[in-house]
Amino acid sequence: MKLQRLSHKELVAAFCFLAPSMTGFAIFYLIPFGQSVLYSFQNAEEGSGLTLSNYRELLSSSSFQKAAVNTFWFTASSVPIVIALSLVLALLLNQRVFLRNWLRSAYVLPLVVPVASIVLVWQILFDWNGALNAFLQHFGGERSDWMKSDWAKLVIILIYIWKTVGYNVILFLAGLQNIPAQYYEIADLEGAGTIRKLFGITLIYLMPATFFVVLMSILNSFKVFRETYLVAGDYPHDSIYMIQHYMNNMFLSLEIEKLSAAAVLMAASILLLVAVMYAIERAFRAFME
Amino acid sequence: MKKEWILALLRTCLLTAIAVVLLVPVVLTAVSSFMSELEIMTNYDMLGNSNTSEFVNLKWIPDFVSLQQYYKVLIAAPHFLYMFWNSVFLVVPIILGQVVIASVAAYAFAKLRFPGREPLFLFYLITMLMPFQVTLVPNYLMAEKLGLLNHPSSIIMPGIFAAFGVFLLRQFMLNIPYAYMEAAKMDGAGYLRTFLSIVLPMVKPGIAALIVLLFADYWNMVEQPLIFLQEAEMQPLSVFLSRLQKEAFSVSFAASVIYMLPMVFLFAIAERHFIEGIELSGIKG
Repeated sequence: MKLQRLSHKELVAAFCFLAPSMTGFAIFYLIPFGQSVLYSFQNAEEGSGLTLSNYRELLSSSSFQKAAVNTFWFTASSVPIVIALSLVLALLLNQRVFLRNWLRSAYVLPLVVPVASIVLVWQILFDWNGALNAFLQHFGGERSDWMKSDWAKLVIILIYIWKTVGYNVILFLAGLQNIPAQYYEIADLEGAGTIRKLFGITLIYLMPATFFVVLMSILNSFKVFRETYLVAGDYPHDSIYMIQHYMNNMFLSLEIEKLSAAAVLMAASILLLVAVMYAIERAFRAFME
Repeated sequence: MKKEWILALLRTCLLTAIAVVLLVPVVLTAVSSFMSELEIMTNYDMLGNSNTSEFVNLKWIPDFVSLQQYYKVLIAAPHFLYMFWNSVFLVVPIILGQVVIASVAAYAFAKLRFPGREPLFLFYLITMLMPFQVTLVPNYLMAEKLGLLNHPSSIIMPGIFAAFGVFLLRQFMLNIPYAYMEAAKMDGAGYLRTFLSIVLPMVKPGIAALIVLLFADYWNMVEQPLIFLQEAEMQPLSVFLSRLQKEAFSVSFAASVIYMLPMVFLFAIAERHFIEGIELSGIKG
């Protein structure tokens, strides 16, 4: 009897503590998201019934296709690069080095520097009259208009790497420090070499951290609109026209139904991605045991 | 032993070289901010001009150190400062609000037992993972309904209730042993009392981490103001700077430095918390 009353009290307390957050969360996220799911299946011109026409229009629109393809390729190419690079940096930093803390700070600093404040530097480097072209011509190379050609993709990948490498280094370093030192001691006793230890211990036990790094890198890659917008403006070169550019245009023309359809599609893809990553991680854990 | 020492030195050199490359944009912006307007124009006036074949003149050291840009931005043309306050008035309420609301909710998720706790938290987790392309649409719909569009609160309100704070502070609170809760209960403390005088003081590093991470995120925001704030006068620095770079290029280096300074300063004094926050958000809850 007493136990029941206590847990009842706990229930009331939990409700009170959660109420402010849940109210706001519901008002600004859950309810309107439900609404946009509904909107995505409605079309004013076709009456009040549910329809797939928004999705059909969206998927057949050439600018949406362009944005989706560009976003996909940007993510698919930049994420492996940034993960490989940050893994190497973390592995090096985890060994004996001097100035470790200073180096780590240097890698993390780009993470906190606001994008808008260093846009000028990207322009100075990659403009038609920029420093990179000056350098190339000095050595007899060809000038390119980096931001206004297919090269723009590469420039944006570089900027993305600059921005996010530190974040991944922190996560990898934390993962590396969680690997018990005994594993290496045992391997040493058994006479395992450096390479053997790297593949047999380090990379295997780093897997859980890696799953998270991959997920976060993918999600961060969707934020790269910020860089492209600030460097290239409203009308970037075709090769860096991203989903967010498309959605900004939809916001301007207030096509809420199509916009909702795009958001729902995007949410579904993210959910699918998270579910797949989670399943792989579960399978990996089962395999480890 | 000597071989080990040489290896460490080699690694350090390699890592330092990479660090130097990463620091180029920040250092170049900082040194350029001390050039006179005239010097900026002679070095960089040809940017974006395809009619000339002249190249920019990348310079690492000003001809002579000048505070002209800073004078112009801060004193002669106070418009910039106005935009600076726009940023502050967006970011500070979001941080204060989210810290209060999230710490309370995180306590319930981490330390109280109630039915439906895990599924409910999963909702927060999933929302947290959603990129702007998903969340901006619901945010916009509600802002429109409540008549908040074109007002800073259209950005502040969703910011306050964003799920990240709940997630991060829950991670920190999970590390507090239950024994403390039991002891508080023995002493006759209620839930509110336990939260205020035991959990909150113990989770101070978590709150510090949340503040730095939120500041880094919202000080840098571009997507929300671009969509929710139509009037140029309301835009925060992040958006305003890109306009300034076109209209008053010669002073925009100093403007950029002033814009990044609060964040860099915060990072310098709270780097430990910043890193701990990122590390803890990586450990599965």
